[in-house]
Amino acid sequence: MAEKNRKIGKKVIIEASNIHKSFESPVLKGLNLKIYEGEVIVIIGRSGCGKSVFLKHIIGILKPDEGSIYYNGLNISELSEKELNDVRMDFGMLFQGAALFDSLTVKENIGFRFYEYTKMKDDEITEIVREKLQMVGLVGIEDMYPAELSGGMKKRVGLARAIASEPKVVLYDEPTTGLDPIMADVINELILKLQSELNITSVAVTHDMVSAYKIADRIAMMYDGKIIEIGTPEEIKNTDNQVVKQFITGSSKGPIDVISGK
Amino acid sequence: MLDILLAWFEGIGKRTLRFLGNMGGITLMFYRAFINIFLPPFGIKRTFKQMLVFGVESIPVVALTAVFTGMVLALQTTYEISKFGAENYIGGVVGLSMTRELGPVLTSLIVAGRVGASIAAEIGTMKVTEQIDALETLAMNPIRYLVVPRLIAGITMLPLLCALADFIGIGGGFAVSVYTYDIPSRFYMDSFQDIVGAYDLFVGLLKTIVFGAIIACVACYYGFKTSGGAEGVGRATTIAVVSSCIIILLADVLLTALFVG
Repeated sequence: MAEKNRKIGKKVIIEASNIHKSFESPVLKGLNLKIYEGEVIVIIGRSGCGKSVFLKHIIGILKPDEGSIYYNGLNISELSEKELNDVRMDFGMLFQGAALFDSLTVKENIGFRFYEYTKMKDDEITEIVREKLQMVGLVGIEDMYPAELSGGMKKRVGLARAIASEPKVVLYDEPTTGLDPIMADVINELILKLQSELNITSVAVTHDMVSAYKIADRIAMMYDGKIIEIGTPEEIKNTDNQVVKQFITGSSKGPIDVISGK
Repeated sequence: MLDILLAWFEGIGKRTLRFLGNMGGITLMFYRAFINIFLPPFGIKRTFKQMLVFGVESIPVVALTAVFTGMVLALQTTYEISKFGAENYIGGVVGLSMTRELGPVLTSLIVAGRVGASIAAEIGTMKVTEQIDALETLAMNPIRYLVVPRLIAGITMLPLLCALADFIGIGGGFAVSVYTYDIPSRFYMDSFQDIVGAYDLFVGLLKTIVFGAIIACVACYYGFKTSGGAEGVGRATTIAVVSSCIIILLADVLLTALFVG
């Protein structure tokens, strides 16, 4: 098993300050969060509470109605398209359903940025793709299409695509959801392995507590559009906050009342 | 009573707003795609692939429609105009109808059904499976990646398809006139040359450039707007085809009024 022996700096790499976002109804209601360089932070919360929405704010796919997101001091929501795309080169994102491009092969998916933005030769790209596939434990599937892959393989290819251009920050949207427990653990191990090998900052969103305890340096609980509690896995386990307690123990009884529809 | 009246007006207002919103969205889609045509990275391979889908693969259905249209046109019209002895002008009648109106409009409607539906379904699926978001995270503008190649394919391929349809339709009319109504082939050709000018052909092809842009932009717009899984993709596909057909017919009236004469 990969060890959590990382060096976490005190440097804030991403800062969300007072983020508000509404669609039909308010989703984020004044969210504040600081993410330190080199850590794995896991954001937990109920399905549909806006975790993925927050993740999409970090990479600038969604813009906050109010508040700002800073990446290394740059206000993400005020950048021009070109500046934003430059910043995005520092990011990789693994989507819940992997979001591989159906019309492209595995190789073209993983090498997407190289094919579009560099003049690298096909051989060089093939080499990088093979190396990234090896990192996620896959061999010889370069010329297959996403439709031919299983769910776990898609996730791993998605992960290879996210790390292909050596990002500084990787965002994981529900990395283990929809996988069997063994494959879920494989993904957790991969996240830890990449973390120690590539020296990146990871932000993961999940409601899988097994995964959260395993990979997190810090866990943040999101509830009612805000971060209500943040701490190490140990601190979260021993929390006094009843909402957090109910969530991490997975009980239908407690302050979060689902049945009466509140 | 007042309540019913108010609700009625509210309904009209809502629908008008939605209609205007969609028209604005489609126009904006065209504008953003048009600007992006000139910005790198240029997806030449992607564009050729779309041209293949838009143009080459539409040839059979367009040709079939055109040949039958030309034949029916000749069958019906020759019968009618022979009542006052004008059957020798049938070549001109078929030629003018095909080049000015039926070639452009029928070709566009057929392609709107065939290609518009597939564009809306493909982009809609990409939207609901987060592939569009994934493009953005990979620093690729989705408009540039998805809409630009389809817009270029639309405005270049539809005129070519239309020219083919004109030719085949006129041929179909020729076959019927000559073999069913025994009109001398000379007369068909002569009346065609007398009545149809380069301007007519030009107006018809100009229309298809506009219609090609409409098909691409409307289908992409509804594809990008898709939400709600498989059902949403189905809805987007239907609405894309219906809207583009209606907008094509509307635009046809305007363009015809502009170029008549």
